[in-house]
Amino acid sequence: MPAITLTINNELFSARKEQTILEIAREHGVDIPTLCHFEGLEAMGGCRLCLVELQGSPRPVPACITKAAEGMVVTTHSDKLIEYRKMLVELLLAERTHTCSICVQNNNCELQALAAKLGIDHVRFDYLHQQLPMDASRERFALDHNRCVLCLRCVRVCDAVEGAHTWDVRGRGSTSRVVADLDRPWGSSTSCTDCGKCVQLCPTGALYKKGATVGEMKKERSFLNRILERRRLAAQGRSL
Amino acid sequence: MSKLRLATAWLGGCSGCHMSLLDLGELLVELADRIELVYGPLVDAKQFPEQVDLALIEGAVANLENLELLQQIRRNSRLLVSFGDCAITGNVTSLRNVFKVDDLLTSVYQAGPGSLPRSGEDGDVLPELLPRVLPLHQVVEVDAFIPGCPPDPERILAAITAVLNGEPVMLGEDQRTFG
Repeated sequence: MPAITLTINNELFSARKEQTILEIAREHGVDIPTLCHFEGLEAMGGCRLCLVELQGSPRPVPACITKAAEGMVVTTHSDKLIEYRKMLVELLLAERTHTCSICVQNNNCELQALAAKLGIDHVRFDYLHQQLPMDASRERFALDHNRCVLCLRCVRVCDAVEGAHTWDVRGRGSTSRVVADLDRPWGSSTSCTDCGKCVQLCPTGALYKKGATVGEMKKERSFLNRILERRRLAAQGRSL
Repeated sequence: MSKLRLATAWLGGCSGCHMSLLDLGELLVELADRIELVYGPLVDAKQFPEQVDLALIEGAVANLENLELLQQIRRNSRLLVSFGDCAITGNVTSLRNVFKVDDLLTSVYQAGPGSLPRSGEDGDVLPELLPRVLPLHQVVEVDAFIPGCPPDPERILAAITAVLNGEPVMLGEDQRTFG
């Protein structure tokens, strides 16, 4: 593959043609934040956190889907880009209800970590306080739309890796929602294989394994009933 | 050297942030040499005093009493800090924002298992609920933020120490996570 030379943050790098700006930056330790991106899945350019500036381009471009070209001059961390990234994450936090303290994913959440990394200690926008539904109809997993950032990792991994294509998207813009089997309850989905790949790739608490929350810690005592009954009767000098 | 005049306040929150402040333990004794606690749930002052250097405010703005107190705190304080997630994001306190206030009171006190609080009918004793619970910075100017539910004692100490040293309150990445 032919080699090209480009400049990232005033440093010259050589790369293979067909590589994206994000790939080259990460190979050389330049940390461009991402949220929808996941190594091994097709890049989507959805979250816009990886926006970079190109010399001669009137607007920033997403590094994850922009191929590098000979002589390109890239800036990854201008004041403007840093501010845009903060705004993007603040808008995500304001749009749905990401109350970390009562989330199953608290302290293990990519959105939470990203906000801290970008220096977000408060959100400058009004919270929308939407009340979106949850779908807990699947036996092992649940979906909470209130935590979803529409990164669509679930849609992509289900289609490209599991080959089931259970997940897709309904609606447009901020009213978009991830749906199973053309918008049926997840529990009645016949295409879902319960593989859990979507749950593992979800960056937030939107898709999670049931049994993870405090209220779900159920005791399972039925297997003991017979043993305890026998002991009770034995204590009274009787048998079953 | 005069002591730093510290006030704390407890608006719409659970007091967990104040518990975390108490969790500083023996360090509080050391801090007492440099700090005078002039107002808050931990001391017996009835009126919010004048010329406060640092005000740590726990909880969101949920009712008229919270709103009036917060405005007074802003007028009387040099530095006002949003202390914990409820103050910063609304957190659990703001979960009621998906309901209208009237629906909320009806569902809790009439349709629900509880009975109306004694002063509920005349509205004189219990402060009126705001239509929406608000984070502090949507009501007054806020100088710094200590995230966490509750914030670890280490975060609180870092913020107070910065103020004592005359430095801006800038928590590090691992100290500014919500939740």
